[in-house]
Parts: sequence; C-alpha cells; structure tokens
Amino acid sequence: MNNSVAKEKIVSLRKKRSLEDMRFKYYGFTAMCLSLAVLVFLLYTIFSKGYTAFQKTIVLLEVDYNQDVLKLTPDSSEEEMEKGKFFRVKKQAIENFFPDLSKSDIKLVKKLFSINADNEIKDYFLDNPEVINTKQQIWVTAHSDVDQLLKGNSRRDVPEDRRKLNDIQLSYVDQLVEENRVKQVFNNFFFTKADSRHPEIAGVAGSFMGSLFTLFTVFILSFPIAIGASVYLEEFAPKNRITELIEVNISNLAAVPSIVFGLLGLGVLLNVFGLPRSTPLVGGSVLALMTLPTIIIACRASLKAVPPSIKEGALAVGATKTQAVFHHVVPLALPGTLTGTIIGLAQALGETAPLIMIGMIAFIPNIPTGLTEPSAALPVQIYLWVESAERGFQEKSAAAIMVILIFLFMMNAIAVFLRNRFERKW
Amino acid sequence: MSNSKILANSVDVYYGSKQALFGISMDIKEKEVTALIGPSGCGKSTFLRCINRMNDLIEICKVSGSIKVDNEEIISDKTDVVSLRSKIGMVFQKPNPFPKSIFDNVAYGPTIHGLVDSKNDLEEIVHSSLKKAGLFDEVKDRLNEPGTSLSGGQQQRLCIARAIAVNPEIILMDEPCSALDPIATAIIEELIDELRLNYTIIIVTHSMQQAARVSQKTCFFHLGELIETGETNKIFTNPDNTKTQDYITGRFG
Repeated sequence: MNNSVAKEKIVSLRKKRSLEDMRFKYYGFTAMCLSLAVLVFLLYTIFSKGYTAFQKTIVLLEVDYNQDVLKLTPDSSEEEMEKGKFFRVKKQAIENFFPDLSKSDIKLVKKLFSINADNEIKDYFLDNPEVINTKQQIWVTAHSDVDQLLKGNSRRDVPEDRRKLNDIQLSYVDQLVEENRVKQVFNNFFFTKADSRHPEIAGVAGSFMGSLFTLFTVFILSFPIAIGASVYLEEFAPKNRITELIEVNISNLAAVPSIVFGLLGLGVLLNVFGLPRSTPLVGGSVLALMTLPTIIIACRASLKAVPPSIKEGALAVGATKTQAVFHHVVPLALPGTLTGTIIGLAQALGETAPLIMIGMIAFIPNIPTGLTEPSAALPVQIYLWVESAERGFQEKSAAAIMVILIFLFMMNAIAVFLRNRFERKW
Repeated sequence: MSNSKILANSVDVYYGSKQALFGISMDIKEKEVTALIGPSGCGKSTFLRCINRMNDLIEICKVSGSIKVDNEEIISDKTDVVSLRSKIGMVFQKPNPFPKSIFDNVAYGPTIHGLVDSKNDLEEIVHSSLKKAGLFDEVKDRLNEPGTSLSGGQQQRLCIARAIAVNPEIILMDEPCSALDPIATAIIEELIDELRLNYTIIIVTHSMQQAARVSQKTCFFHLGELIETGETNKIFTNPDNTKTQDYITGRFG
C-alpha cells in the first residue's frame, strides 16, 4: 500500500518535472523569437527606407556643343576645355527643350537639374572632344527634389507652399516623364562621392575612407601595444599588488564611457600636442585608447588558453623565457588575439561620441587621401544626415547604415573565419 | 664515488607555507637509470623538477639545500638556468610536441643554442636524434607533417628526440609512459634501456613494474621524504624499510 502511494507520488512529480522542461523550452523559444523579430523589424525598416538611395534619377537632355556658346574651338587645349562655358550649353539645352519658357520659369526649370549637371555635360565633352559643334543626347542627374518625387518619398497632394516643387515645376516634371526623358539608374555617386550639401550628389566614399583610415590608425596603435601589454602581464609580470591593480584597472578602463576618451583627445591630443583637428590620425588615436582594454583582455584570454606544457617544452630544451614566449606562446595565441582585435575594431567603427569631440563631425566635401587630412567617419556621417532637413538625406542615412552594417558584418566574418581556420584544439 | 653525476644534499622545497620535500639527499651515478617511485603527492616530481630548475616557473615554490651537477651548485641565483637546461633534458608526463613539423620540433633546440652552422648540420642532428629516439624509420618520409599528428607513443619519442637534440648529459623523465598504451610503453622502456649507455636518466614512475624493468637504482619517496634508496633489485626483493616493503607489495599507495 505504502509502496504504491510512493510510486504515484513519483509519477506525479515526474509529470511536473517534464512540464517544467516544456515550459522552460517555450520561454527560451519565445525569447529567441522576440529578439529575432526585433532584429528583422530593424533591418526591414533600414532597408525599406534606404534601398531607394542606391538609385538616382537622370534626365535626358539634348546638348548642343556649339563652339561659340562654349567659347572653345576644335583646337583648344585641354586646359582651355576645362574652362569652357558648359553652364551656357546646359541653359540652352533647357531652353530648347521647353521652347516657350518665360524668364522666371527658366529659373524654376533649372532647379529640376542637379548642380552637378554642368560637370556631367563637361565630363562628356572632355571624354569625347570630337563632339564639338554636334548635338548629343546626354543623361544628366536630376535634382534631389525631382528624385524624391519620382521615388514617391515626397508627396504631390500637399498644398503648394509645403512642397519643394511648385505646380509649374510639377507640370514640367510630368512632361519629362511623359516623353520618357526620365529614368532611374544605379546611383554611383553614393559610392564615389563625399558628403555634399546637395543630397543627389552626396555619397559615403569620403566617410568610408575616413573610417578606413581611422581603423588603420586604431589597428597600428592598439595591436602592438595590446600584444606587448598582455604578453607582459601574462608571462613576465611578477604576481604582486601592483600587477593586480593594473589588471583591475584595465577591466575598469573597458567600461569607461567613450565620450570621456573623446574629451581626452580634445584636451590632450588637440590642445596640448596640437595634432590636426578632424583627422583620422586623432580619431584613430582616441579610438585606439578606447579599444585597447578590450583588445588586451581578449589577448590575455588567448595567451592563457595556450597550454603551459608548450612553454615548458621550450624551456626544457633551454629556451630563454623570451624565446619560449615569442617562438611558441605568442604564435599560438595569434588567431585569438587577431579575433579580439577585429572585434575591438568593429567596436571602434561604430563609435560616434569621441569623434564628435575631436571635430570629425565637420562637413568635409572631399575624399580624404591620408591620415592627417580632415575627414568624416561613417557613424558621424549618418548622424549628420539624419539631422539634415532635406528629404533626400533621409534615405541616404538609412543607406549609410546599411553600408556600416555590411562593413561590420564583414569584419566579424573575418574574425570568425580566422578563428575557425587557425584555432587549435588540444 | 667518482662517477657521481648529481649530488643532492638536504633539499627542502616549499610551496608557499607548505613543505613538499624534507631534506632529500641523494647521489645519482653517471649513465644509470634511477627510478623515483612513491604514491601520488609524495614529491618525486617536485624533486625531479628541482634538478633542471623547472620549479622556477612556479612562483610560490622555494627550494633550499644543495644540488650539485658535475660538482657545480645549481640551487643558486648565479646558476645559468638556460645552459643548465640544455645540459639536462626533460620529457614530460603528457607528450607536448610543439604544434610544428616533426623536423622543426627536433630542430628547435639546436637552432636556439646555435649548435649548427648549416642546414646540412641541422638535418644531420635532427636525423640522428630521431634515430636515437627510435623514431626515424617511422617518420622519415613525413618530417614536414605536424608533430601533433603522430600517435601518443610516437609523440613521446619525438619529445625524447627533441631533448636529445641539444646533446644533454642527463635526461629527466616525468612519468613518460603514464599517457601511453602498453605497446608504446614497451617501446619507450626499450629506448630508455638503450639511452642509458650515453645518458644519465632519472625517471619518475607510478608503475613499480616499470621501475623494476628499466632502472638500476630506485628511490622510494613517501610524504616528501626519501625513505629508501638503493639497487633496484634490492629495493624490490629485500627492502630495508617496512614502508617500502608495504608500498611495493601494494599495501598502500
């Protein structure tokens, strides 16, 4: 009798236990689904807002490269060609296209074209100088307002005074569309140009290069220092109070808000050492300081993971401590240190606050070619564009977020690849 | 007494405040195999690691007393540990080849000590060391493969070859067969028997049979003390001390 009661108890408890299992499984599953859903929503928002930035609107113009209008001759040198009056042929082309425009309307119509249209007309001519005195069909970039209208990002059914384009301009745009003189193509400017006041010709190339130079500086500064510091702490430092204090403070440093490092850069690097403002050199130095603790912690972990038997083996054949460490321990820890460094770099790539402090938030309309040239960085560029009132910049900022995400994704992929490729199992 | 290679005199070892060895005195003869036996934690490995100063790696370890190798004191701050270790090779409990090629494993020692001038010399040392370790025939076609790809027994012989390559006089073996199967163990034991002709060998072992098979002298450690030392034959047949008697007959340990 007693026995069967005990058995029943066991069975009912067993049911309860397996129910617990099930419940926990569903909790976990729900948590995962929730986080995935948030991620998907985030990516969807970014993508749906940003994908249009990869396209631009172009308009077909019939350009007459008349030598008198250009003030050039077929024998003009290249230097002279550079100075040709291309804005006049553009004006002429517009006037020819809409023959019965009043003077005030010409101004309105000119606003349908990008400021860069003159350059495009010029570049075409410089590439093909033989077209002088001929008429050419040339696609030129449309103004961002037209671009946004045709992409459906700005609406035409709002009152005129709240629109960028007035009714007259709209009717001209419609005319262009009707005559199939408008189309959307891949926006190469987004990848080849730096920031601009004009959304249609603003690109991420400048800030991308800025970020690249900054990361390069971070890597050059932080990798050797981190390796040196972690090798010393792990292999050579005497185990005493001071070492312990240093170790604790490295961990503390990893938690210091990044803007504090920005202040350090502003106060010390810019004001005391007088390094050039807004440059990848300063930005990289500040970010290197910020990521150093992270990298040191990762380096030390991978140095610790090398089995001591390898070092003992080297010491036992008479290697000095330095030889044992640098011939055996460090090479074995290298994949781990590299992975840690890349993760540190990824952290640096997304950091905005310290760069704002050292002036990398300046408007830089050209692509930097060196460490000491003023430049922007991707996260700061996003910040700048999000802040801009122009509608054209909204899609640009979403697209720039995509660029930075892909950049990050690739860096992490490299880290994973390195880890899988070189990781050793003992 | 003239051919005494290692002379230990009242060696004490402390790990922090805990004393691990109590006044060990020992006389190890040249070109003999000396086995250190005893239950776990009796200090035999600790003593072995004093001889090539491997205990330096353990920060809290303090060694006092005197150990003389070829009449030179080695428990001293003035001892050149690096050249001491090139004179005294060591083979560890678990095979620990470097994660490099078989060739590089053996070549590492001679290279860092500058024992060779040319590639040919190096190759000769590597080959002869592998031959002495009885491994050459098995690996001669794949010297460029990683040392870690070998079997456990082969890895251990590779470690022996690595130790031999720097031309030591003494080889310390810390339970070299504890991670190996019986066949690999037999091969290593045979090898030890051959190496005895050229090297002074000290081997720590848990297996009394192994001690009986390979050694000429046996030292029995218990709780950090050297209980008895003598000819292997005598220790295993007619020990003076009852503790030794109890241990070798399997009453404890």
